[in-house]
Amino acid sequence: MAAEALGWWGVPLGIMAGTLRGSAPFLFVSLGECLTEKSGKINLGLEGTLLTGAMSAYAVSYQLKDVVGPGLSPWIGVLVAGIAGMALGFIHAWLSQQPKVNDIAVGIAMIIFGSGIAFFFGKPFIKPQAPQLLTFDLGNWSSLPQVQSALKISPLFLLGLIIAPAMAWFFKSTRWGLFIRAVGDSPDAALAMGVSIKKVRMLCIIAGSFLAGIGGACLSLYYPGLWSETISSGQGLMAVALVIFARWNPIQCLWASLFFGGAQAIGPALQSVGIDQGRYLFNAAPYVLTLLIMIITCSPKKTLSGAPGALGTIN
Amino acid sequence: MAKAADHSTINSTNGQVAIGANTQSVIAPPELEVVNMTKRFGSFTALENVSMTLKPGTLHALLGENGAGKSTLVKCVMGFYKPTSGEIKINGQVCPVNSPRDAQQYGIGMVYQHFTSVPAMTVAENLVLSRYDNSNVINWKQEMEGLRAFMETAPFQVPLELTIAQLAAGQKQKLEILKQLYLKSKILILDEPTSVLTPGEADEVLGLIRQQVTAGQLSVLMISHKFREIMAFADEITVLRKGNFAGNGKVKDLTVSEMAEMMMGEKRDPQPVEKSEHAEPAPVLQIQDIHANKDNGLEIVKGINLTVHSGEIVGIAGISGNGQRELVEVLAGQRPATGGQVLVNGEVYRATRAEMYKHRVFVLPEEPLRNACVAHMSVAENLALRTFDRPPQAKGILLIFKAIREMAVGLIQTFKIKTPSPETPVGNLSGGNVQRTVLARELSADHIKLLIAANPCFGLDFAAVDYIHSQIVAARNRGVAVLLVSEDLDELLKLSDRILVISEGEFAYESAIAEADFATIGRSMAGH
Repeated sequence: MAAEALGWWGVPLGIMAGTLRGSAPFLFVSLGECLTEKSGKINLGLEGTLLTGAMSAYAVSYQLKDVVGPGLSPWIGVLVAGIAGMALGFIHAWLSQQPKVNDIAVGIAMIIFGSGIAFFFGKPFIKPQAPQLLTFDLGNWSSLPQVQSALKISPLFLLGLIIAPAMAWFFKSTRWGLFIRAVGDSPDAALAMGVSIKKVRMLCIIAGSFLAGIGGACLSLYYPGLWSETISSGQGLMAVALVIFARWNPIQCLWASLFFGGAQAIGPALQSVGIDQGRYLFNAAPYVLTLLIMIITCSPKKTLSGAPGALGTIN
Repeated sequence: MAKAADHSTINSTNGQVAIGANTQSVIAPPELEVVNMTKRFGSFTALENVSMTLKPGTLHALLGENGAGKSTLVKCVMGFYKPTSGEIKINGQVCPVNSPRDAQQYGIGMVYQHFTSVPAMTVAENLVLSRYDNSNVINWKQEMEGLRAFMETAPFQVPLELTIAQLAAGQKQKLEILKQLYLKSKILILDEPTSVLTPGEADEVLGLIRQQVTAGQLSVLMISHKFREIMAFADEITVLRKGNFAGNGKVKDLTVSEMAEMMMGEKRDPQPVEKSEHAEPAPVLQIQDIHANKDNGLEIVKGINLTVHSGEIVGIAGISGNGQRELVEVLAGQRPATGGQVLVNGEVYRATRAEMYKHRVFVLPEEPLRNACVAHMSVAENLALRTFDRPPQAKGILLIFKAIREMAVGLIQTFKIKTPSPETPVGNLSGGNVQRTVLARELSADHIKLLIAANPCFGLDFAAVDYIHSQIVAARNRGVAVLLVSEDLDELLKLSDRILVISEGEFAYESAIAEADFATIGRSMAGH
């Protein structure tokens, strides 16, 4: 293993590489969830959306590689992943806005439904190798293969880096952004302004699911770059926790995603320098972090600042 | 706005409306007419064939008891509800109003009883958001300049950079009115605009609006309960009773008792309360340096000291949001105190069930359905919440349903609770009957020692208010110590033996009721 040549430096390098690679799905899902929750609804189903996105991106990329060539087919895959996400988002938006329907319950159903769809249609694509998205190789200045592979940056990650501040600007400086915040914080006030709560939430949930679908494409077409049923390992659910951690702020979603991506890489990085003991424990780091964040941010004595006021209420 | 202006020009040339008679240089408000408006919700008729006219440049008061249909009427005018039949005429022309946005285009704006600003946003964001226009990107630099220019000409000021959550109630109410002026509304509908203001603030706000009305720049339709304000500020009134038109007239031709008669359908004076002197008052409730936080973790109750004696009603006045709610929650055991202690009958009191029983402490909290009832449980079960775990309603761990039901039937009769049966979920009852249910449970026990009541009459009609007042005074005359927290100053002045004012979590005023000075109380409530 070349990693051993780096010695202990392999650990921070591994974590950094993991941060750059593994944070993209977190980023897309959390931005999608952020948009959804700003409108006052929770979409737990993004875990299912993530899997469906990963599967459909991979399948499309594989099927179209001979038709449009291996350069273009993954990009069509990304688009299809987003559209598949929108379809699931539509179902969630429609169901969760029926009278007396709880969005958490619908979300759990949508996790099962989304992953079921993904597993059902994804069976034939577990073995074959689909063309991957191109990467920007920013590490060519280094002679070390680890540095080179760590700095293979996906354009999707860069896209995410742009979307986060764009979304923050959208919430602050556009009429639509203000409407969404109004709907999420005080539906009565939004109604008094003549805004249709249903429409706003519908569009937010669908757009959020589009982003989550693209997050799935990051998984299957970039890192780890394959399709299997365990590929998401709960990242969609963690992204929901991450939005709370980020106080519903898109810029902070970016930092939180990087943090979670890095935490996810602790286990593999330690493994690469030969620390096998407690590896399951380190692999659990993101989950432990999720729990810790929940515990730290929840207090019976005060309400969470920044939380959209209508979150968790039934229409 | 352009549309509204078109209408007025068309109509004034047609000569249908006397708008041309108004020789003001400013654009005069149009005439608003409601014709034979009926609104049914299923089989329930909320509004039956009501007509009224709001003349340009007048302040028109809409009077009626709770449930008389005032809110339904204005919601139909604003396009929130689609009327079952009837129409709205603006300057004599029939104008369908299908949404608040349509109303806005005709120059009609409404200020709601609850605040409609988004709490997490700043004043500037709320104002910009309220405007119906088509620019999708907000140029904040330009908007802020426009808003500052607007604020300079506005009758009252609100800081633009603060979020709504940081504003005091009075400021919020001013902002709601400012919002309508910012939208250039010509007809303002105010739904109990002064319910959260101090008397001083109310006079200020209404006075400034009155100036605009007198100058012919605005017409105002105001829903109000307060005769004092109507006498001082309104030109005309329209009265509704049980969804029907009950009368109208010019304020200068009417007396308060005539207006009350129109509202009630009969002449009646509020029942005076008779207090008997109580011998040997002993301290029952002692609050010692209590501190408490509000929901967001900031301190709101800042060291309260108070003693309530047996046979005494101590009233606490204050604008909502000054810590009285949190204080009551601490006493009721719903909120932990961060400092200090409460003594009842000289013993430390932590509001456990055993202590409540031992010291005979009873509470009438505000929003009884939320704070004192289990909405899905039946009236009988709710009536038994204090007693179900003791004989005769329980035997060991078993409940004796027959005893629970018998007691409930008795209480429903004594306290005149209108319920289809004792098994009906309490959440299905009307607000007044939920309040009666809680009252029955809390006041029926033998030997009550301490009663804590918070806004016990909020949203109830005259008859229910009189009943609850008489029950509270009767309890006092039996020697119960009563702590009464209320936003209704008249109620406090009527019932209390001693009155205190809470402002920003501290007592700002204390006086025996005989020496209480209305003006000083008002100033203390405002924090001066």
